[in-house]
Amino acid sequence: MLIAALRKELLLQWRSRAQFMAVFVFGAAALLLFSFAVGPVAEMLRQFSAGFLWLGLLLSSTLTLAESFHAEMENRALEGLLLLPANPRALYYGKAIANWLQLTLLGIALVPVMVILYDAGTTRVGSLIVIIALGTAGLSAPGTLYAAMTAQVRSKQTLLPLLLFPLIVPALLASVKATSLIILGDPMNQSSAWIILLVAFDAIYWSLCGLLFGRVVEE
Amino acid sequence: MATSADVDAKNLARRYGRRWALADVSFTLAGGAVLMVAGPNGSGKSTLLRTLSTAIRPDGGAARIGGFDVVREREDVRKLVALLSHASYLYDSLTAKQNLAVVADHLGRSRSNIDALLDRVALGRRADDTVATFSAGMRKRLSFARVLLQEPRVAMLDEPYGQLDPEGFVLVEDVVRELKACGTTVIMATHQLARASAIADEAILLEAGRVAWRGKASEVPC
Repeated sequence: MLIAALRKELLLQWRSRAQFMAVFVFGAAALLLFSFAVGPVAEMLRQFSAGFLWLGLLLSSTLTLAESFHAEMENRALEGLLLLPANPRALYYGKAIANWLQLTLLGIALVPVMVILYDAGTTRVGSLIVIIALGTAGLSAPGTLYAAMTAQVRSKQTLLPLLLFPLIVPALLASVKATSLIILGDPMNQSSAWIILLVAFDAIYWSLCGLLFGRVVEE
Repeated sequence: MATSADVDAKNLARRYGRRWALADVSFTLAGGAVLMVAGPNGSGKSTLLRTLSTAIRPDGGAARIGGFDVVREREDVRKLVALLSHASYLYDSLTAKQNLAVVADHLGRSRSNIDALLDRVALGRRADDTVATFSAGMRKRLSFARVLLQEPRVAMLDEPYGQLDPEGFVLVEDVVRELKACGTTVIMATHQLARASAIADEAILLEAGRVAWRGKASEVPC
């Protein structure tokens, strides 16, 4: 059932791939605007680069997450799947994994933009990708649940970030700190502590949200 | 597959806010029978079908489908029922074939009969076109194929004639007869009383959420 749900999600994402480009451009534009706020001070830009990357990714993620339920709601397709009956947990994990993959890809795509704009390169590319994957997992697990909750609300574009942002503060903080240590150097090996926090956050929310999804989408 | 009473509703009630859309609706339906549900707009036809198919929960009374309670044994009921709803349950960005493949995958069934089903509803030539390019009638045909793919024991058809052309009307009637021949119980809510009464065995007339009349479909008061 999970494979079927994931296959459907990836098919829907492939069909709306132009949306991914739009979200990437939005994220890149956000990074550019953040650089204007700091000014042309190379050292400061480099210092804040991790925070800006994750803020750009966070803002972009609300668009991706909200859009992921658009197709489910336009013809009540989600209700149709639930009545088959499809397992709500499988539907959740299918969508959350697809959102996670998309956000991870988006994060990786924004790294070169960050490097160019902030001169924030690193040789530890593998570690950076792992942190992006863990951080976006922390965004997509509760984000998918809240996107489902707000999908039928008229002001979903406002409500989703209002609900999501306070909840993901620990994941965002850990992601920014770990990314910053990767870029600026980590002589005390502090990044592992932040990565452990991220893994714990992900484990809690991926378990909890899967359990709650059925209650959210059923009447 | 068929039992003596596939559908058993007792004092079924459902309200939206303070308005009762369904009140004290009771009936039984034998396995393999075709029931026509008639009534003016807002009389509770769709609410009845959505309640019986577990899309919404009743606020009072009880109903059993194939012996399973629609509230407490919802998952079991869903394995037996297919609902043709006002909403098409389709993904606009996917093709007709992909939409049916999604259903087959979630049911754990083979995709092998999808082409035949699309031909059955006269959409074989448009199998690889996205649903977004379909007319309302074509969407309804594809929704019909979706119901047939489920191979339900109880089929609930909400306005099956809606948006269809005259050929589509014939398709509906052929499909209902085929389902009946296979022992499938059919409940269809419709305004097409003359057409539906020709293929239905029994009928109930709803008015303001209550059963105003019940009898043979051939005797339904127009």
